[in-house]
Amino acid sequence: MTPAAVRTEGLVKQYRTKKGVQTALNGISFTTSRGEIFGLIGPDGSGKTSLFRILTTLLLPDAGKATVNGWDTVRDYRQIRQCVGYMPGRFSLYQDLSVEENLAFFASIFEVDVQKNYELIRDIYRQLEPFRKRRAGQLSGGMKQKLALSCALVHRPAVLFLDEPTTGVDAVSRKEFWEMLHRLREQGIAILVSTSYMDEAGLCDRVAMLQNGTILAIDTPDGIRKAFRRPLWAVKVKEMFRLLNALKTEPFVESCYPFGQHHHVVLRDGEDRSAIDTLIARGGYTDADVRPIHPGFEDCFMQLMK
Amino acid sequence: MPDTAVITADRLTKRFGDFTAVDAVSFEVRKGEIFGFLGANGAGKTTAMRMLCGLSRPTSGNASVAGCDVYRQPELIKRNIGYMSQKFSLYEDLTVRENIQLFGGIYRLSNARIREKTARLLEQLQLEKQAGSLVRSLPLGWKQKLAFSIAIVHEPAIVFLDEPTGGVDPMMRKEFWTMIYGAADRGITVFVTTHYMDEAEYCNRVTIMVDGRIEALDTPARLMQEHAAGSMDEVFLNLARKAKRTE
Repeated sequence: MTPAAVRTEGLVKQYRTKKGVQTALNGISFTTSRGEIFGLIGPDGSGKTSLFRILTTLLLPDAGKATVNGWDTVRDYRQIRQCVGYMPGRFSLYQDLSVEENLAFFASIFEVDVQKNYELIRDIYRQLEPFRKRRAGQLSGGMKQKLALSCALVHRPAVLFLDEPTTGVDAVSRKEFWEMLHRLREQGIAILVSTSYMDEAGLCDRVAMLQNGTILAIDTPDGIRKAFRRPLWAVKVKEMFRLLNALKTEPFVESCYPFGQHHHVVLRDGEDRSAIDTLIARGGYTDADVRPIHPGFEDCFMQLMK
Repeated sequence: MPDTAVITADRLTKRFGDFTAVDAVSFEVRKGEIFGFLGANGAGKTTAMRMLCGLSRPTSGNASVAGCDVYRQPELIKRNIGYMSQKFSLYEDLTVRENIQLFGGIYRLSNARIREKTARLLEQLQLEKQAGSLVRSLPLGWKQKLAFSIAIVHEPAIVFLDEPTGGVDPMMRKEFWTMIYGAADRGITVFVTTHYMDEAEYCNRVTIMVDGRIEALDTPARLMQEHAAGSMDEVFLNLARKAKRTE
């Protein structure tokens, strides 16, 4: 039987600061398999980076254990470093080496031949070819990201760790990046990727929703959405700010958040849309539109956070 | 009255050598409007915003911001606007209170007004206990809410927000956008750039820049209808994929 790509059991990490003990990870357990894109979805400070650093053997956990490709992250750190690729959140290539020098450097560290593994990175690296003599520090954000991914893949890792690869990247580059990840999955590479963009959850095979070092839920994107269970209403009027303030104070409303053109409203048990309609009529709101909708990841995350 | 333009750009252009970063863009932003300014990296958003803030002199075209001309009155513009970006907003090694006082001073509020504003902001943001803490020690979401409050501490005509919400949790983003709604409701015009296409849907109107030009300008609802798209993300991808520029 092939080992799990990543397995963690009760991982705990605490940092001692002047202000006392901060718990970054508070008992994290999950298992991911080969050929799976597993997403860690959570905001800044939820513990994603600490988890990546433990799994890539750069940080020791205070309790619990983890394996990567069957190897123990504490005992077998040498073997793990051979078989994983890691793209940290902060750009960490050599700024004053050129594009091709960076790639050659990473290949030599892993004692591999760029040409031999070129197949894997061809799609990505081809877009960098015109700039291969340019220093990495001079590249645009999107290009840096592609170079970092190429360097993380040059030794054909079994497991790829990507820490917020799309933060600050525009929508077009983000879409291209996810298309690349789906092609890598076809090659049998296991991918653990973190993001603070809720909509990217839907592009993973399974996701763990993380907050304050705790996993709120692990499931397929569909499973996460189905677990919402409550009726959800999208409400739109011309006077959105006034309506938001009104809905937040109404006893029949369980929660109400602004979502772009609409407010999303969950009603208390036993209430129905007539309560919303009455409020709108009584308040003299204009151009009203009230409709039932299916929850998105952001709705699910907000509900889990409560 | 509600249709008063507070920003007018007329064939506004910026060239660097033979590269045209912003190519004759024209638009108007109305008072109290939340105006979204979208575009891929390298589309020219930042350059356009810098010209409107009085930080960069246009190569040609005209623009007026809060009644001031971008060529003749850039210093006056700076006094009448607020600005916040994710990269720069507050001084991390000053306390919460010191940051409010510093920016109040920069915007030339009287000492009495600064005292009054400081007390009110600390109360509204529920930061009274943290008033003496370094800004560095605050969670990101709190910093961003504080930064926004400080950017409008002088009740400017317009506030420019350059990618204000990266990385924060959804709950914080909601609270942040509720603050933006509140400012717009008080008549402050909000000019905002973002990479979160779902956030574009909070705006009254949005522009999408591609290769230095404005390719679309309308309400999110009409843009989605026009592109037969279910979300602003689809509209954006439709337009931004036509870009020829490589960053």
